[in-house]
Amino acid sequence: MTSELDIFVGNTTLIDEDVYRLWLDGYSVSDAVSLRVRSGILEQTGATAAVLQSDTMDHYRTFHMLERLLHAPPKLLHQLIFQIPPSRQALLIERYYAFDEAFVREVLGKKLSKGTKKDLDDISTKTGITLKSCRRQFDNFKRVFKVVEEMRGSLVDNIQQHFLLSDRLARDYAAIVFFANNRFETGKKKLQYLSFGDFAFCAELMIQNWTLGAVDSQVADMDVDLDKEFLQDLKELKMLVADKDLLDLHKSLVCTALRGKLGVFSEMEANFKNLSRGLVNVAAKLTHNKDVRDLFVDLVEKFVEPCRSDHWPLNDVRLFLNQYSASVHSLDGFRHQALWDRYMGTLRGCLLRLYHD
Amino acid sequence: MPGKLKVKIVAGRHLPVMDRASDLTDAFVEVKFGNTTFKTDVYLKSLNPQWNSEWFKFEVDDEDLQDEPLQITVLDHDTYSANDAIGKVYIDIDPLLYSEAATVISGWFPIYDTIHGIRGEINVVVKVDLFNDLNRFRQSSCGVKFFCTTSIPKCYRAVIIHGFVEELVVNEDPEYQWIDRIRTPRASNEARQRLISLMSGELQRKIGLKVLEMRGNAVVGYLQCFDLEGESGLVVRAIGTACTLDKLSSPAAFLPACNSPSKEMKEIPFNEDPNPNTHSSGPSTPLKNQTYSFSPSKSYSRQSSSSDTDLSLTPKTGMGSGSAGKEGGPFKALLRQQTQSALEQREFPFFTLTAFPPGFLVHVGGVVSARSVKLLDRIHNPDEPETRDAWWAEIRQEIKSHAKALGCHAVVGYSESTSICEEVCILSASGTAAVLNPRFLQDGTVEGCLEQRLEENLPVGCGFCHIPYDELNMPFPAHLTYCYNCRKQKVPDVLFTTVDLPTDATVIGKGCLIQARLCRLKKKAQAEANATAISNLLPFMEYEVHTQLMNKLKLKGMNALFGLRIQITVGENMLMGLASATGVYLAALPTPGGIQIAGKTPNDGSYEQHISHMQKKINDTIAKNKELYEINPPEISEEIIGSPIPEPRQRSRLLRSQSESSDEVTELDLSHGKKDAFVLEIDDTDAMEDVHSLLTDVPPPSGFYSCNTEIMPGINNWTSEIQMFTSVRVIRLSSLNLTNQALNKNFNDLCENLLKSLYFKLRSMIPCCLCHVNFTVSLPEDELIQVTVTAVAITFDKNQALQTTKTHVEKSLQRASTDNEELLQFPLELCSDSLPSHPFPPAKEHLESASSNSGIPAAQRATSVDYSSFADRCSSWIELIKLKAQTIRRGSIKTTVTVEKASPMGEGNFRNRSAPPCANSTVGVVKMTPLSFIPGAKITKYLGIINMFFIRETTSLREEGGVSGFLHAFIAEVFAMVRAHVAALGGNAVVSYIMKQCVFMENPNKNQAQCLINVSGDAVVFVRESELEVVSTQQPTANCQPSCTGGEVTT
Repeated sequence: MTSELDIFVGNTTLIDEDVYRLWLDGYSVSDAVSLRVRSGILEQTGATAAVLQSDTMDHYRTFHMLERLLHAPPKLLHQLIFQIPPSRQALLIERYYAFDEAFVREVLGKKLSKGTKKDLDDISTKTGITLKSCRRQFDNFKRVFKVVEEMRGSLVDNIQQHFLLSDRLARDYAAIVFFANNRFETGKKKLQYLSFGDFAFCAELMIQNWTLGAVDSQVADMDVDLDKEFLQDLKELKMLVADKDLLDLHKSLVCTALRGKLGVFSEMEANFKNLSRGLVNVAAKLTHNKDVRDLFVDLVEKFVEPCRSDHWPLNDVRLFLNQYSASVHSLDGFRHQALWDRYMGTLRGCLLRLYHD
Repeated sequence: MPGKLKVKIVAGRHLPVMDRASDLTDAFVEVKFGNTTFKTDVYLKSLNPQWNSEWFKFEVDDEDLQDEPLQITVLDHDTYSANDAIGKVYIDIDPLLYSEAATVISGWFPIYDTIHGIRGEINVVVKVDLFNDLNRFRQSSCGVKFFCTTSIPKCYRAVIIHGFVEELVVNEDPEYQWIDRIRTPRASNEARQRLISLMSGELQRKIGLKVLEMRGNAVVGYLQCFDLEGESGLVVRAIGTACTLDKLSSPAAFLPACNSPSKEMKEIPFNEDPNPNTHSSGPSTPLKNQTYSFSPSKSYSRQSSSSDTDLSLTPKTGMGSGSAGKEGGPFKALLRQQTQSALEQREFPFFTLTAFPPGFLVHVGGVVSARSVKLLDRIHNPDEPETRDAWWAEIRQEIKSHAKALGCHAVVGYSESTSICEEVCILSASGTAAVLNPRFLQDGTVEGCLEQRLEENLPVGCGFCHIPYDELNMPFPAHLTYCYNCRKQKVPDVLFTTVDLPTDATVIGKGCLIQARLCRLKKKAQAEANATAISNLLPFMEYEVHTQLMNKLKLKGMNALFGLRIQITVGENMLMGLASATGVYLAALPTPGGIQIAGKTPNDGSYEQHISHMQKKINDTIAKNKELYEINPPEISEEIIGSPIPEPRQRSRLLRSQSESSDEVTELDLSHGKKDAFVLEIDDTDAMEDVHSLLTDVPPPSGFYSCNTEIMPGINNWTSEIQMFTSVRVIRLSSLNLTNQALNKNFNDLCENLLKSLYFKLRSMIPCCLCHVNFTVSLPEDELIQVTVTAVAITFDKNQALQTTKTHVEKSLQRASTDNEELLQFPLELCSDSLPSHPFPPAKEHLESASSNSGIPAAQRATSVDYSSFADRCSSWIELIKLKAQTIRRGSIKTTVTVEKASPMGEGNFRNRSAPPCANSTVGVVKMTPLSFIPGAKITKYLGIINMFFIRETTSLREEGGVSGFLHAFIAEVFAMVRAHVAALGGNAVVSYIMKQCVFMENPNKNQAQCLINVSGDAVVFVRESELEVVSTQQPTANCQPSCTGGEVTT
């Protein structure tokens, strides 16, 4: 006796959250069944393994049918085939678009192309996330990217509107899209200590201040592309380190203000010129795409690592950066105050976030 | 030209991509009705076209309006080649043809293609302008309402129940026409869908004509079926019960708060009781006015007033000791004559209802069924389907004579079915023989005094158990005892029925689903040899099914079956029998004895030991089941009452005078005895297997109950969460050495596993009950068994104590508000217990007796009292049903069996018992349920019948997820299309939903599969009780408009 056909269709579509999780995690039906058995569900319910197998198959089939709709969440809301309560719809969408930290760190900043997709095998092996789950997450990134890439208006709003995600998740996707578009390098070894959250935080600041949308909210790609003009202008900041007088003056202003307030004052004083050169050179280099990609590598190399090797406490870093950016306003010979603020305001936020072990 | 049909195509959405190059579609729509077709403009390059068409107007006969479906086809325009069809929508415009139903059909319909399934949606608006004289053309029957519900629909009352209507139409099946060889599968499927739609319309119109002839205005319990006879044609047949229904005007009035005298006047003119004498003649005359003054405060005023009347007169029986009982005899006889004369005018006194207006059913004689094996031949002249008509007439005649043998003149809970395999067809019909109250059958011609006095003699809660036939001339041997409730009339030891449990029946404990399952191998044979083989097997199957049911019933410690439905399915090489019913313990019937096992081999120590071991296991199971289903011996109640149990001698003396009407039961042609089910003889391995299989039925996990009736006996506090589902399983039998035993085991496992899966899937709803569990078996191929289950899971409130306090509060509120009601409550409750010569002075005591009467243990008394008193006051459904054991005719092809369905609970009851309904009105949700009601809600409007037929076919089975994926998607699509149609009618639920057919065929080698599904139900508007209450508190005296309330919900 073999079961040829075995289905259950409810007027309200039954969604089992546990099975949904297993499905999203990419487990095969048989793996999911054994995982469920291990969870002790048979003992709790008095069911048999055969019942569990049939139930799992059924849920998997339902999810498979729903998947097509999940690719365009507004469709899920308007479709008539599956009657699902709104709260469940939200859960289905949110969980489908949720991603693993380990996975996102692997692909963050990479081009969402076929080439990357081929690497998913390695990522799967490396992270222990099933290949199926990797594919889903990758395809989600790519799908969101494709849809919002050329759209006007706020990136987060667009994502929310087209994928009905929660605010938090929409922000994460905005960061992913932003990173993918600008191809920021995040995979270098020295960046490994950074979490997705760190990058997402930086991305949000950069989107707010460094993109086209920060100046004009009516442009296509406004939140996705960096403001090219702004990047060009950043070259002007170079005089802060190229002009020796200016550099000395800047240093003395900062040192005067911070004397006695910094635990690592002497280290700061000794390193000021190096640090300042680093930060300003990063700005000046941003005209080249390649240097844009290496932004985070540079920041870590030129600022985070030197400070860390001198054991600066986070608070000292904050005091220093505040003073460092504010003191520029007192430099009479420097005319690009607004530019400096647009650059340094964001950079300060990013550096503080990036500065940890 | 009596009607103008107007159609507007508004927009489409989610259309499929038809042009690969542009990833877009150039869609336009063809609207076709009859032979007229209109087209919209082509909306270029869009998947969400906005046609916003003009109104397309069709001027048509109302005959066509009834027969034809509106056909909407969405196409993709192609300049160079033929336009590609995207899909179709068929809209049945029948609901627009009667005044009270929907006025407009407007909404999003899934665009359906028989090959691709649902492909986007289309927004359509449909209206009908009907001209004045609807009945000028005699061929049309516009205005006759159809209901699938097998009881009087909730917001109507029955003025007259006219009786049986049936019709069948036949045609050639397009699938088997020569042209099918050259047309595409899509064209063939669409031809079939369209033909069946046309035939359904025609059938409905013809039935409507019959109803008009009978001067009725509605068909209740309408059941339409298709017989796919293959080469020999396509039969569409329908049966139903013609009624004259009256709409209850103020649905909101059923709230106690809306107690306005003005309404009262509105409702009274149509007093259903044709005899004012009824009220004035009894000793309880003063009650009459009270009855009227209070009843209008309920929406069921008329029904409750009539039942009140019945009840209020009953105390005479109780208090007048035996005298009334004695008088009862002659009057009973008179009633019979009366009923007989009313019914004999009819060819077939059959009723498809399973639940009845109060007082309708006087006696029920037992279950009758007939089967007949026929060889199909080609239907030569579709316009004269005489052969098929004759077949059914023959079977109905047989049913009628069986009923007569049981001393009954009518058959209720009647249904018909077929099972077809190749050219052999088994026709089956079954129902419950009954004696009916003539009052509902004719227009006020009954003599009042007769009726009134008869009503006096109906003991409440046990009357339906009393035998209607003469005990000296019984149609079959049965153990008779005096009724454990009233002690006056005789009852059988076991009762099998096809109807619902009457709401006033006194049940002890809870009920449970009981199934008998059976397979029998049969040699493959052709034509007549095959038919003969089947005919010879049938009686044995019936017998075994019956024995199995009986044994399982005993094992559960119960004594009655309701909703019995026996299905015999024929396949190439086997016959399958599946009987489902809901077992209960009726307080009026004797306690069932245990099961004794008797071994046949003497002097074998180990064997004896084995037997005694089995016996012990059986006894343990019975004890366990009694505990599980809370079946407590009824003795307790008698002690509490303190009334003496009449000595057997006393009782017999008292009752002897009653054994009168022997002349009533005329020919008793069913004299075959049945084997006593109490003793199981283990004389061979087969019997051993049987006993084992008895013990393998696992009870549902805790927190779960199941039944195949509308509601679960013993559970009353439903909450509002419902989940309707369909589950299908197909197993392939290994063809090697198939024996009956192996087959039985496979089949048994299949059903048990299916149930287990359901319990597991629905575990989040615990505590809950699977209601109206409906199994259908088919044998699509040699080694395949297909089981389809449709049921609804309803949650209930485990915490009855909470309910009690709640009801108490409610009750005291009501008391405070209406003094009249309080006064009235008394006599009503009094009459519900039939204790002889026991005056009931204070309220307390009488409450106590009421509870004890219903056999509920002392701890739960308070609860039950509340329920019963509420039931008495509010219930519109007090049914008196009598049921009897079943008869089997051996040695003939046709066999007599009992079957039935569950009854809806009184609305009043369920209102009071339901938990606070959840207030969130989920927008756009359409509920579906096989029941006739929605827990925690009130149906305010019936929008019309839904009757849909779909075919789905695929040539890429693997790509669609195999057979499971294919069927899963199709059933989900069918649900979606039903919901969309209901929503377009302005409704928010389908009640009495049934999947009548699910024919699945596969050919995995060719990567193909095809499935046909036929579903039906009643589209309704319901309002949550919580919302009703809100409305009523806001405007306590205003007459709440049902339409506005409904509108709020459906928006």
